[in-house]
Amino acid sequence: MLSSAATSIIVVLIVFFLFMEGAGVFTKKPIEDGFLLAVSPSNPVKKLEPSQIKDIFDQKITNWKEVGGKDEPIVLFRTSDISTYYTDEELGENFEFFPAKINELISKQPGIIAFFSDKYKAENFSGRELEINKIKVFEFLSGEEWFPTAQPIAQMGVKPLIYGTLWVSLGAILIALPIGLAAAIFLSEIARKKVRNLVKPLIELLAGIPSVVYGFFGLVVIVPLIQSTFNLPVGETGLAGSVVLAIMALPTIITLSEDAMRNTPRAMKEASLALGASQWQTIYKVVIPHSASGITAGAILGIGRAIGETMAVLMVTGNAAVIPHTLLEPVRTIPATIAAELGEAPNGGLHYEALFALGCILFIITFGINLLVELVSSKQKHKKH
Amino acid sequence: MKKAQNLARKKSVSQNIAFTIFSLISYAIVALLVVILAFIVIKGMGVISWEFITEMPKNGMTEGGIFPAIVGTLCLVGVSMVFAFPIGILAAIYMNEYVKDGWVKQIIKQMTNNLAGVPSIVFGLFGMALFVNKLGFGDSILAGGLTLGLLVLPVVIRTTEEALKAIDDSFRQASTGLGASKWQTTSQVVFPIAFPNIITGLILSIGRVSGETAPILFTVAAYFLPKLPTSIFDQAMALPYHLYVIATSGTNIEASRAMAYGTALVLIVIVLISNLLANALRKYFGKKVKMN
Repeated sequence: MLSSAATSIIVVLIVFFLFMEGAGVFTKKPIEDGFLLAVSPSNPVKKLEPSQIKDIFDQKITNWKEVGGKDEPIVLFRTSDISTYYTDEELGENFEFFPAKINELISKQPGIIAFFSDKYKAENFSGRELEINKIKVFEFLSGEEWFPTAQPIAQMGVKPLIYGTLWVSLGAILIALPIGLAAAIFLSEIARKKVRNLVKPLIELLAGIPSVVYGFFGLVVIVPLIQSTFNLPVGETGLAGSVVLAIMALPTIITLSEDAMRNTPRAMKEASLALGASQWQTIYKVVIPHSASGITAGAILGIGRAIGETMAVLMVTGNAAVIPHTLLEPVRTIPATIAAELGEAPNGGLHYEALFALGCILFIITFGINLLVELVSSKQKHKKH
Repeated sequence: MKKAQNLARKKSVSQNIAFTIFSLISYAIVALLVVILAFIVIKGMGVISWEFITEMPKNGMTEGGIFPAIVGTLCLVGVSMVFAFPIGILAAIYMNEYVKDGWVKQIIKQMTNNLAGVPSIVFGLFGMALFVNKLGFGDSILAGGLTLGLLVLPVVIRTTEEALKAIDDSFRQASTGLGASKWQTTSQVVFPIAFPNIITGLILSIGRVSGETAPILFTVAAYFLPKLPTSIFDQAMALPYHLYVIATSGTNIEASRAMAYGTALVLIVIVLISNLLANALRKYFGKKVKMN
């Protein structure tokens, strides 16, 4: 009894843990643990958005009045800048005077914004710690930059990752769908039984090869091939990912569409042939329309697999977190980001939580795709009766 | 009359073209499979030797063998099977033999499908959050094996269910007719007949588990370990992860290419053997059940 509920329990647990860890991104300050941002106590600006802080440190915003403060140029201060203000002797051998000097600096410079470690915060700290707004869900989804370890403010925009994932997956399905359909038609309608019994298990074998082997094959064969064909500086591109994913999605598409086509009632096919239609006409006027929902289910499931695929994509796409304009650029997908970065993200930190939030996005997408497949293929079942 | 003939000829020409294209594409897919396999077999063959299988990696993994990765993968397969098999089989038996068709069954089925559709990297995240951090197993064979176990659970449930469904109801009716209880029927009639097909599922799951990388990235896999794991609480190396690191981030990628081909070949051989074995068993036992 309990064991039959096991899968349901696991799904619930997965949802619980993913969302619990992932929600942390939206409840924490987007600044590295143990660091703070401080301004002069006379500065009227109390709170800033993460994006404003980034613009300030990128020197796109150079005056406090742009963020609602006084007309005062912004003076940036990072820990390493201390040497421009004080000599080594003044700071002491082990930086023991560091906190006092920062204190002094902040009270002296009305336009300063200082980013430094907690351990340099003096006991009688004279500056005012700046409040930072938390990352909002909308910002997380629409942000265009993914620099989760950027200083002083982590940039957590998943748009380039979502785009990368969709580009690579759609590219894969554009390659795999026509090829897969052709093979499915061949297997179900044209091939003799002997050929079919030989070819079908071979195609299914493609599904059994581990994704890391596909990734390796892609890396040593497809990547150099794409590089030389298109004369690119690097072969690790979205296209390489699409090609590898297309190969991996083929068995899913072929198996599902072929099953759907074989379910076309014999009477329908024979009626068509008896009316003088050729076999080919029967296929595209009777068999394909009849099995349309099965084919759709196969295509959607293929996309779902492609979106969730990690290792192969990680190894061949080049992993550049920028919004791609063509498939011939390096791209980075959501699963590849998780796989590449989770190992370096400290447990429970903001970066760690952001990667779990990515996992949530991935989970929601694939869950939706599963439900869609269920919906589409239940239509196919109704047709049979 | 002539018009009709022309039409018929046109039809057959377009049909011939279409059919030729379709068959060419199908054979091209098969050729692709052959190319992938042949590529790895040819490049990997030269590397495979007794030393490669039984020795530790040497010289920044550019020489030596992959013994610890093989051992690690075997351990992971063991733990995941011990976890997933009893639960999966019981779940399938309960679902198929006891639960009546209705919304409960529908929901459980849907959930199993959903679990099967969860991307492997999400299993990795979950395994890290639950087993490694929450339950405090750390990066260990236990955590990795359990994560992989969750991943193959839907596979086990599905293959077992199919095995049970394939058994004709007349077996069950005959048994109940002779006065056997439901449990006696299930355990002494249904299960023994389904057993060979269930084993097929086991073999397929072993193939699947040995090839998965994403779920073990953060739950068990180690880049390099100088000694073999001694308990299930140790970290371990694993074949797919080993292939990933030496193919992408080794100390000397070019020098470790040969090792990578060899590792890929070992992985493929494991997966192919499990697939072929499963197919052969299915055929063999399929005949036997029919003869009964």
